[in-house]
Amino acid sequence: MQTEIEKTRARQRARHHDFLRAILIIAAFAIPIIAALTFYALLNGSLDSIQAFGFGFLTGTAWVPNPPNGGPPILGALPAIYGSVVTTLISLLFAVPISLGIALFQSELAPRRLRLPSIFLVELLAAIPSVVYGLWGILFLVPFMSTYIDPGLIGSLGFIPIFAGETNGLGMFTAGVILAIMIIPYGAAVMREVIAAVPRSQREACIALGGTTVETVRIAVIPYASTGIIAAVVLAMGRAIGETMAVTMVIGNVARISPSLFLPSETIPSVIANEFTEVAGNNIYLAALFELGLILFAIAFLMNLIGRVLISRLTFHGGTSVNV
Amino acid sequence: MFSSMSARRFSNRLFIILATLAFLIALVPLGSILYQTIAVGSTVLNTDFFTQITPPIGGSGGGILNAIEGSLVMVGIASLIGIPIGLFTGAYLSEYPGRLANNVRLVAEVLTGVPSIVTGIVVYVVVVATLHRFSALAGGIALSFMMIPIVTISTHESLRLVPSSIREGGLSLGISRSKTLVYILVSTAKSGIITGIALSVARIMGETAPLLFTALGSQWLMTSVFDPAASMTVLIYEFGTAPYPSSHAFAWGAALILLLLVLGLNVVVRIASRLKPTVPI
Repeated sequence: MQTEIEKTRARQRARHHDFLRAILIIAAFAIPIIAALTFYALLNGSLDSIQAFGFGFLTGTAWVPNPPNGGPPILGALPAIYGSVVTTLISLLFAVPISLGIALFQSELAPRRLRLPSIFLVELLAAIPSVVYGLWGILFLVPFMSTYIDPGLIGSLGFIPIFAGETNGLGMFTAGVILAIMIIPYGAAVMREVIAAVPRSQREACIALGGTTVETVRIAVIPYASTGIIAAVVLAMGRAIGETMAVTMVIGNVARISPSLFLPSETIPSVIANEFTEVAGNNIYLAALFELGLILFAIAFLMNLIGRVLISRLTFHGGTSVNV
Repeated sequence: MFSSMSARRFSNRLFIILATLAFLIALVPLGSILYQTIAVGSTVLNTDFFTQITPPIGGSGGGILNAIEGSLVMVGIASLIGIPIGLFTGAYLSEYPGRLANNVRLVAEVLTGVPSIVTGIVVYVVVVATLHRFSALAGGIALSFMMIPIVTISTHESLRLVPSSIREGGLSLGISRSKTLVYILVSTAKSGIITGIALSVARIMGETAPLLFTALGSQWLMTSVFDPAASMTVLIYEFGTAPYPSSHAFAWGAALILLLLVLGLNVVVRIASRLKPTVPI
């Protein structure tokens, strides 16, 4: 038998509960709303450009927003797409092995006392703002590359078109290097989480058979973590392709498709960053920049979705869950 | 399965050397960036640097007072919006697990990977085009869009670490679910939640791309949040890419202050949590 007081208390509790639940649910809608707004704003803003250029936008190589003869703008995204793809590939070339090395160092090799400090230092590298990387890039890395690295590559490998030509340090190669530095901490952190989820018993079995450290890594750790490592690469790729400030500051910003990695070029985000406030009432031009944003969003969205789905699958294969 | 002993020893040593080298290589840019910023940035620091507004690009003298003001105001606006929404959403994810929660979490994760320049475009459409002006408010909202998913995920992760026995303990004492959440779960997960919030503040303080088309930049102090606003990050971008050595020194000075704030916050928070690694976001 409940007394009146108990009933009132139960009602109050239920009300509190409903109130809390309502607040939490309302807040939780913010995230889907932001996602929907993002998609809507980009698609709606791009309509003029999609109508004007169709699929030709993706293959067009000219970027003439204000033709001298006063005709309609001729805008093709291929130079920016090309620059984004090439710089991202260069960055992965450096970042994937180094990230994997760091992750293995931190999870398999580092002495107990050094493990947390080494993770801390790499996290600090991740905390440096993009624009500071850009400042360091344009004032230190660009002169360094044009004095020491690029001439060496041109001298020794110049017969290959990608290393041919001259250099002033601004271009896809330097952009790729700075991108690599920027995604290494993220890639290393995701790979470390994935490797940490490999059960101890896997390693112990290999060690019990007389395996050395490298054999344990090769036979017991990497195969188990391979899906997660691929996911880490995909996620890092998504980061690299959307990185704006540092790349904009070192790539030179010229719409061109050239095999040489040393010529000034551009990427999708760098075009948006440079030109968005300069459209001055040119609606098709503005819409084309929105469409570049839409393409960028689609690529980054896809990369993230693939990476996340791969990682969420890992949890079902036994072992501890992966928090990424 | 195993090859000859000497070959095995060699490949093992090689692996250890390469992996250690990978770690050391990552420290080179960290050291170089810190060294350059401190060495060059410290040469422009004086009282004027903190009390004057920015000179025209290429000009001399002046300071970054307006940029510091703009950054603090916009990070403040973003925090006012982003921290409560992120906290509540994180609490929702841990309190009401299910399909909706799983999907919200996935969307939050994907949003953390949306390029920040895209966020700038979106807030340009939603706020700048609506109010017909660039403003600190728009910049703050853009930063809050970046902050919400980060705070959500870190809060969710912190609450998830609370053992279910603690939650059940609260409920078994007849404490309501809402009070269990507020007084028991949140207070148990407090340090993790605060770490996540502090790191997200440090993160958005260093953002540039979302501000380019929202706050725009300004040479003046702002009179209201509906004015265009300067920020340390946009200042570093503009002065760093200008063709004048005096502007470059100025940019290094601003970068030094920015790094002190951002890395300082990171160091304090991470040391306070005994260097416990955070979820990579």
